Amino acid sequence: MSEATTLTHQDSSKTVFGFWVYLMTDCVLFASLFATYAVLRNNTFGGPSGAELFSMPFVLTETLLLLTSSFTAGLAIVSQHAKRQNLVLVFLAITFLLGAAFLAMELNEFVHLASEGNSWQRSGFLSAFFTLVATHGLHITVGLLWLLVVAVQIMRKGLTFSSIQRLTLFSLFWHFLDVIWIFIFTIVYMMGVA
Amino acid sequence: MLGRLTLDAIPTNPITLGGAASMILGVLFIAALLTYFKRWKWLWTEWLTSLDPKKIGVMYIIVALIMLLRGIGDAVMMRAQQAIGTEGGFMDAHMFQQVFSAHGTIMIFFVAMGLMFGLINVVLPLMLGARDVAFPFLNSVSFWLFVAGMMLVNVSLMVGEFSAAGWLAYPPLSELQYSPGVGVDYWIWSLQIAGVGSLLSGINFLVTILKMRAPGMTLMKMPIFAWSVLSSMVLVIFAFPILTVTLALLALDRTLGMHFFTSSFGGNPMMYINLIWAWGHPEVYILILPAFGVFSEIVATFSRKYLFGYKSMVWALIAITFLSYVVWLHHFFTMGAGANVNAFFGIMTMVIAIPTGVKVFNWLFTMYKGRIHLTSPMTWFFGFIATFSIGGMTGVLMAVPAIDFAVHNSLFLVAHFHNMIIGGVVFGFMAGLTYWFPKIFGFKLNERLGKYAALCWIIGFIVAFAPLYILGFMGATRRLDHYDPSLGWKWLFIVAAVGVGIILLGVGFQILQLVYSIWKRKENLDKTGDPWDGRTLEWSTLSPAPSYNFATIPHVAERDTWWVEKQRKVKRETKYEDILLPKNTGFGVIIAGFSLIVGFAIIWHIWWLAAVAFVGVVVSIIVRASDEDTEYVITAEEVKKLEHKRASA
Repeated sequence: MSEATTLTHQDSSKTVFGFWVYLMTDCVLFASLFATYAVLRNNTFGGPSGAELFSMPFVLTETLLLLTSSFTAGLAIVSQHAKRQNLVLVFLAITFLLGAAFLAMELNEFVHLASEGNSWQRSGFLSAFFTLVATHGLHITVGLLWLLVVAVQIMRKGLTFSSIQRLTLFSLFWHFLDVIWIFIFTIVYMMGVA
Repeated sequence: MLGRLTLDAIPTNPITLGGAASMILGVLFIAALLTYFKRWKWLWTEWLTSLDPKKIGVMYIIVALIMLLRGIGDAVMMRAQQAIGTEGGFMDAHMFQQVFSAHGTIMIFFVAMGLMFGLINVVLPLMLGARDVAFPFLNSVSFWLFVAGMMLVNVSLMVGEFSAAGWLAYPPLSELQYSPGVGVDYWIWSLQIAGVGSLLSGINFLVTILKMRAPGMTLMKMPIFAWSVLSSMVLVIFAFPILTVTLALLALDRTLGMHFFTSSFGGNPMMYINLIWAWGHPEVYILILPAFGVFSEIVATFSRKYLFGYKSMVWALIAITFLSYVVWLHHFFTMGAGANVNAFFGIMTMVIAIPTGVKVFNWLFTMYKGRIHLTSPMTWFFGFIATFSIGGMTGVLMAVPAIDFAVHNSLFLVAHFHNMIIGGVVFGFMAGLTYWFPKIFGFKLNERLGKYAALCWIIGFIVAFAPLYILGFMGATRRLDHYDPSLGWKWLFIVAAVGVGIILLGVGFQILQLVYSIWKRKENLDKTGDPWDGRTLEWSTLSPAPSYNFATIPHVAERDTWWVEKQRKVKRETKYEDILLPKNTGFGVIIAGFSLIVGFAIIWHIWWLAAVAFVGVVVSIIVRASDEDTEYVITAEEVKKLEHKRASA
């Protein structure tokens, strides 16, 4: 049975597969940014290096916020399987708050660095640092916006095929961003401080 | 209010003004025609908002062919300058640099990529026995992003200037310090926007091939063209994100004062070289693999034989796909990597020639003991075999780093890559356009004029580029706007200019072929849907193919399934069903339109406009996503009526 002929049966497999392919392209995008960071990480041009700038407790807090938000996103999916619409919305709200808190901390870190004269214009190292971490932050921002749109859709139309599909894709995206953060946490912050 | 945009941005140079004026006149002329024949609504509803991949494909091809004229115009100007060369030519250095930068950028990104995506859109779903691609709306978005990128390049001719840093904009030249104007920014943003379109298409076609083949069509029963598209799209998926990042980093350097590739503050220009070629090498394989696929179909059809060595063709495609990721340094052997690194990449570059050679021999073996029909597509094929093989050999020659040190960035290199792109990519897509034209438009193109066109292109190419090989050996470097008369190069440049003239004659024959064939179309109607006695599924449906492609999705049992059905005189069951198709939508145009404004605004530092337009992109996406009513039904009854009406016409 070909895709376009059947009106009665709606199937996510093409869309989910396509989204995985997109996530792999996003992976290559981040890989290029990591490669650039690796090449430029010692190009401090007399300015400060990671060891002097990064605060591990701060980064640990960010990490816990993001990882927990992935957990609550997972709980939202479990609630969706159980067809409990209100619980879905509750967990989505918590995920949003945790993600927004992560973003706020990250923005705070950037403003703090820039105000001390250690902005992205200071050196190759700092350009690479800001771009890699901010690209992840931009993806988180897009994710939060998406989360809002999906939540609104669920509130208005309920757990329809379309909103469930979008919720699934959102959760894939959110978990993916979590994995990328783990790489950032390890390669940029931990290895930077070591 | 308007950033750094002022009236000074309008060019004063007569050549640039001439180019800009002819472009504006062309657009006005088309607008006048549309108004006179009252076709604006038709254009919008039948073409611009369509999600039918056949229509999107035709639009890609039209845009690409128009850009081909601009790219050839640049080529003519360069050949003329260098043929006059010693007396100073008619372009100063800065203009010449913009011309060769525009020439390369336009030809690769807007002609070759456009023709490729156009042909794939037109052919792939039909060939797979599918009705559409996996994500029809994304397909439209991809096309319109391509158009937005194209428009930015053309706007640069009228407002501001284009990049003078070559088609790849190496830093430090492309950084603010040495290119403070808007040229490089135009280059960055037109490619960034078009590049997103390409990446989306890569995902789209990959999923289409893997998820939407007709029942029974396993991967090893797919036509080789589909395999070549699969390989090419895998390359797109891995390579284009690298381009996105590289362009973004250069933009960040230029716009936000960062230091990725600057010559001080800890920047590393070599990082750019590596990144851009890590994209750039797969890019040329992205272009050539579908052209190889086109030839595989054409050679089998016009030899009345199964393609020789199907399995080895598949393995060759996979091998080339993988290997194209480990050769990129051969583009800059001379830039300090050291002997061991150079040796690795040199060997890998030679290795990649082997699966390509396998393909060439398989085509030849397909012809052996076949019944050859020397049609115009086959003429293009013979031109390809002769020229591409020579170009390939010059590539293997340059794969030896020691030799490359002598010919790197000489005209020998320029001749080599034009050999591959014209002899391979262009000839392949011209052959494909001729071959599949009747499937889309319902009538064949005039064969005789097609052959004259092909011959002019083949001969013209040889006359234009053989002198360049010789000049390269004589020490002529690329991108020279003038040279010393004592070198004795002038007569070779004159011969090359004559060659371009012959190519122009070929283009003239193609335009004549199109006009004549349209005029005489009633006498050349394709009544059966199978004008070439083809082998694959697209020839089993009517010409022009209806919006739904197939009334009944065919079942496939073997390779070259249509050919087998014809031999065994299999009668197809016609069981009509309701068909679901995507509705037209203007959101592709809208999203790309906002993207165009974002690009223009960033280039000119009109920050408020960039922000507003960016919000426009986001809002458009959300609005479109909230639309639940995106498909329409053709009932089984209506399908039956349409099919019978066509069959009796």
